[in-house]
Amino acid sequence: MSAKSYSVSRSSRASQVAAALGVLVLIGLIAAPWWAGRADMRLMSEIFLYLALASLWNLMAGYAGLVSVGQQAFVGFGGYMLFALTIFGGLHPLVAIAGAGLLGAVVSVPVAALIFRLRGAYFAIGTWVIAEVFRLSFAQVSALGGGSGSSLPVGIVRSLADGRSAREALSYWLALGAAVLVIASVYLFLRSRRGLALTAIRDNELAASSLGIDIWRTKFVVYVVTATLTAMIGALIFLQKLRISPDAAFSVNDWTAFVIFIVVIGGIGTLEGPIIGTIVFFLLRETLADLGTTYLIVLGVVAIVVMLRAPKGIWGFVRERFDINLFPLGYRVTPSKKKTDP
Amino acid sequence: MDWVNAIVQGTLLGGLYALFAAGLSLIFGVMRLVNIAHGDLIVLAAYLGLTVVITTGVHPLLAMALVIPAMALIGYALQRGILNHTLGDDILPPLLVTFGLSVILQNLFLEGYSADPQKMNAGGLETASVAVGGLSLGLLPLLTFGIAIAVIAGLQFIFYRTGLGRAFRAVSDNQDIAQLMGLNKRHIFGLAMALALAVTAIAGILLGIRTSFDPTAGGARLIYGFEAVIIGGLGNLWGTLVGGIILGVAQTVGAKIDPGYQLLAGHIAFLIVLAVRPNGLFPRVSG
Repeated sequence: MSAKSYSVSRSSRASQVAAALGVLVLIGLIAAPWWAGRADMRLMSEIFLYLALASLWNLMAGYAGLVSVGQQAFVGFGGYMLFALTIFGGLHPLVAIAGAGLLGAVVSVPVAALIFRLRGAYFAIGTWVIAEVFRLSFAQVSALGGGSGSSLPVGIVRSLADGRSAREALSYWLALGAAVLVIASVYLFLRSRRGLALTAIRDNELAASSLGIDIWRTKFVVYVVTATLTAMIGALIFLQKLRISPDAAFSVNDWTAFVIFIVVIGGIGTLEGPIIGTIVFFLLRETLADLGTTYLIVLGVVAIVVMLRAPKGIWGFVRERFDINLFPLGYRVTPSKKKTDP
Repeated sequence: MDWVNAIVQGTLLGGLYALFAAGLSLIFGVMRLVNIAHGDLIVLAAYLGLTVVITTGVHPLLAMALVIPAMALIGYALQRGILNHTLGDDILPPLLVTFGLSVILQNLFLEGYSADPQKMNAGGLETASVAVGGLSLGLLPLLTFGIAIAVIAGLQFIFYRTGLGRAFRAVSDNQDIAQLMGLNKRHIFGLAMALALAVTAIAGILLGIRTSFDPTAGGARLIYGFEAVIIGGLGNLWGTLVGGIILGVAQTVGAKIDPGYQLLAGHIAFLIVLAVRPNGLFPRVSG
């Protein structure tokens, strides 16, 4: 058989169908302010923001091997920067969100230089120490309310848009936009040259380094990009909450534990995993939340069982059975129908 | 004199941090496992101690006689039942499983003991003190420091002078060859975790006598223990004691400058060591 009888392609039938469906769902979601109620929109905003956080954590842990339990450092930092830039800097909230991302990037550089000295699991606890340092430091800033926190002044909230429903719609679109932006960036990043390097590192660090990939640099770029986007998500989260305090901003449970559970249950190291995990997480929460602490115990048990029995999560299980990819990342070789028989 | 006092009190506090760290250091040394739930297991020991004290009315220090074997059993069961299944080249499973365990434990404490801070009553021991050269040293901190030295000396003895220690070092060096020499690594790992949690039991009871604790107190204890391990140098038990002391002194000196700086000063001391000596002050080459 000649080489011509095979074709190499990225997309598959499944990914084309998924892309078409994705566009339809996205159009429906953009139109939500016209068909959904106020409470539904709030819930959906929260879902989008968690989806964004989960996709970012997955990029770090699932692809770059940087397992952080301290991402709340950047969520809280972004939130506080939103408050500081709007209250003291007089910036428009939308500009302040971008500013929070920029400052997050600036702060993450020395942080990365310091904690990249720790390996593996020690890196994880190191990130937590950084988050604690952030929490204790912001608790010392009396201009931002110290340990008890502060609220976003009414004038700043009003400057967002005219009228309550316009503000709520804008806030919803921002959350949706953040989720789309994060997933699209992660997707494009993974398809790029640097993303290929990252996937190689994920599969075998030694082999990747012998092919000339600068591992430290690649991981560093991932860390800084993740910190930037996480800080912007943090700013959005606290733009919705309108109130910030050190304990809420740097909560390890809210911004890291839940996010880890989402990624582990959905499937770590895949783009689809965080999406499925977020849906499962919120389904569980909406049905079991009345149980209070029992709900969190159930969540912890589910995460442990998934990690031990199906370490690749729900999506890993599906992919192994049916060999489908919704996001065309890799290349596949298929025998072409024509030209096989001369 | 105030400053000397702060340094001496910080040194004694370091003994408690060394106890937090010793269990963490031990299990990392034997099976390269970093246990995110370590702090919550310390708090578990404190709650078990509280339960024993309330139901039997004995002195908290005597409660150790029950809590130490109980924690050792829990450690062995935990290692063989769950943690052994996570060990391998991938660091993700042990990390995420112990993280899940941490969330489960915290919520079990909430369910069983409510969110209210609890404390063990040790009677006169809590306030007793001895005067040494113009300083007034609490009997409990002195006792804690003495216990920390005894525990580390004991661990050092087990590691380098007994058959069990030889088995620990053998599986740490090369699991497969240790298996070929007739050691059952699963059992050895179970024993290592049992020993680590026995130390944790002592740390938990001393914590519960010294301060009040609540279901979420574990995270901070994990961080202190971890910082002491890294400052002292991985795999070095006496280094861990020095790490605990540096951390304790940084905290009391920080609190002397401004009460708000107490915890921050400890973390900053850790970050400075990390920046200047990334392998800690006294790293052991073979870790």
